[in-house]
Amino acid sequence: MDEVITLAHGSGGVKSRELVEQLFLPAYANPYLNPLTDSAVLSVGETIAMTTDSYVVRPLFFPGGDIGRLAVSGTVNDLAVSGALPKFLSVGMILAAGLEISLLQRIVKSIADTAKEAGVQIVTGDTKVVEQNSADRIFINTAGIGVFPVGRSIPPQKIAVGDCIIASGFLACHGMAVMAERNHLGFQPAIESDVAPLAEMVQGVLQANGNSVHALRDPTRGGVAATLCEWVTADTDILLYEPELPVRPDVGAACKILGLDPLFIANEGVVLLAVAQSCVKDVIAALQRDAHGKHAVLIGEVRKGSGRVIAVTEFGSHRRILLPRGELLPRIC
Amino acid sequence: MNYNITNILQGIWKLADQTGPVAIMEVCGTHTSSIRQYGIPSLLPPNIRLVSGPGCPVCVTSSADIAAAIALASLDEVIFTCFGDMMRVPNGDVSLYSLYEQGRDIRLVTSPLDALTIAQEYPEKQVVYFGIGFETTAPHTAVLVEKAAQAKVRNLSILNSHKTMPQAITALLQNESSIDALLCPGHVAAMIGAEAFAFVPEKLQLPAAIAGFAADEILAAILAIMDLLHKQKLDCVNMYPQFVTPAGNRSALNLLYRVMEPCDAIWRGLGSLPQSGLQFRPAYRDFEARTRFNIEKTETTEPKDCLCAAILRGKAIPPNCVHFSRDCTPDAPVGPCMVSSEGACAAYYRYREE
Amino acid sequence: MCLAIPGLITKIQDGEATVDYGGVSKHADLSLMEKAALGDIVLVHAGFVIQILDKKAGEELQKLVKATLDVL
Repeated sequence: MDEVITLAHGSGGVKSRELVEQLFLPAYANPYLNPLTDSAVLSVGETIAMTTDSYVVRPLFFPGGDIGRLAVSGTVNDLAVSGALPKFLSVGMILAAGLEISLLQRIVKSIADTAKEAGVQIVTGDTKVVEQNSADRIFINTAGIGVFPVGRSIPPQKIAVGDCIIASGFLACHGMAVMAERNHLGFQPAIESDVAPLAEMVQGVLQANGNSVHALRDPTRGGVAATLCEWVTADTDILLYEPELPVRPDVGAACKILGLDPLFIANEGVVLLAVAQSCVKDVIAALQRDAHGKHAVLIGEVRKGSGRVIAVTEFGSHRRILLPRGELLPRIC
Repeated sequence: MNYNITNILQGIWKLADQTGPVAIMEVCGTHTSSIRQYGIPSLLPPNIRLVSGPGCPVCVTSSADIAAAIALASLDEVIFTCFGDMMRVPNGDVSLYSLYEQGRDIRLVTSPLDALTIAQEYPEKQVVYFGIGFETTAPHTAVLVEKAAQAKVRNLSILNSHKTMPQAITALLQNESSIDALLCPGHVAAMIGAEAFAFVPEKLQLPAAIAGFAADEILAAILAIMDLLHKQKLDCVNMYPQFVTPAGNRSALNLLYRVMEPCDAIWRGLGSLPQSGLQFRPAYRDFEARTRFNIEKTETTEPKDCLCAAILRGKAIPPNCVHFSRDCTPDAPVGPCMVSSEGACAAYYRYREE
Repeated sequence: MCLAIPGLITKIQDGEATVDYGGVSKHADLSLMEKAALGDIVLVHAGFVIQILDKKAGEELQKLVKATLDVL
């Protein structure tokens, strides 16, 4: 195969065919994809969940993950938190001419490995190549389809007074890992992202306690703060127990150095749940049975109120959490 | 430090019982943000009010300096480097961030020395570092310049907008302010020394305490201030002695004043304050980006009728200002109190919105 | 202004300290505080060590606070 991507790889001719047959097909192989028809013909149940997301992360590789793992995990997790079991993915790529094929191979391998880990099949795809200056090396779009196991209730995605808020793991790892790498912040050891597909963990919870899970979300951009601000309704308040927030020591220290609040930093390996108080312990136990949920913990509660998200500090004082504005940047003052 | 917060709070409440309303100004952006982070106001008696002063070097950078930064960052040969805070401050509808979005080479640094590394890495480019900050950060820029001079790096220059703190506090608070006491910035003090704040009780007739940044440290400083007010004693107590010595970091200051000297400076919202800025001494003037790139000094267009100065002095509240929420919003701030997310106007705007 | 946080110097090499902030380390320049030594707890601001922790002074302060409170 060639060493770098050229416009010919996107022309639909010989080079395109080469890319599909020598790179994508061996990596993603499955009966839906193998015939290389114009669409994959899928057999699914009555109600399906569908989602799509585009990935433009820089750098492409960061400690703990890469754009490929992210592109699969992000879409899988969007399906998972809808209560669906992720089944099928599409992978669309926009490549810039000049991209090293070896780099693409690494990304494709990562996509294939993560898909396997998540239990999804890549059933269709597309590749376009643009001039070098028109894109930053590689953009990936994944769309996903998930099915709802028969007889399982679909989470209403609406919090209720009395609900408890649970975080499935350490906060802010992903956003901090990417920011540190992008801005050459020079932390030692490097901060690792926890990006991972979480479908199995979520299914474990829904199997055991489906009826008591009221809302589920993966708090990506905007972090936990954005999710909670979206969840809170005009007649409720969400109280966060700040000392209980699970933050890894390295991420906590990095946040202090950069003047950032972990509540506002993106996650890609964490799920937030609002569950009925009566089954908090069961849900946490179900989460902890999964490798990605080992550090699951109760972090807050829903009360009657007036639409506020409030952090209760270790001193018992209160702080309003407001919807974040713009991209987070390290600060010095 | 780990004081017993409960005890300190009891002390503060007891003293507050015996005083009238008290307005304590903090002049440090990191204090402002810590105070919010720890929810300190919700712990204090209702008659103690914390007021945010002009303590963030980003917020007080004049529109002329922002315009110069934007002009420099727009040049094809320039790699522009600055702290993250500076990215979003607009001049009109242009900010460094919007230039970055358009593909300009603007890089965040977390140390001024990063600019030197970048300059050495890209000898064909001109690297400009936006030097902002008070005495805490200005010595860093002095080190950067000396190291660049030593290494004969010719493609690095500085947009020097450094300022000094005591002059600004004096200008703001010397006449008819309704502030009762001052929470002095611990990290500026770590650099310039506790003695440098003696002017607060002596010249401004305000009791003061130098404070650290943890919740217990801030509360301990508030306790000290309440104690001074109660005893009607004019003093500046050093409540951050673990890092603040009487004389400060002399060697850093010597280094700073070897490279820079005081000059008049324009503060956003406050106007020109005598001897409150820093400029390069003649031997180092080649490093000034304004000279190297012939950036014309635009007349600073400080907004007319901006009430920030009065708001900072406690003489007005945001809705009194003709700009507030009309042409002055967090996305398009006019005065410093709207630039900082913790500024009086930004906070007022945000909470009123909800 | 001035975000600065304390950390422990774990290594010094070529005018640069490695400062551990509890879980993560980062380099800091020593030009502004050349006397900082291995094992010192230092205040770091924007990539430079700007002060060294004086533990004794911290203890003095504890006493000061206690004294203020005791009188009340």
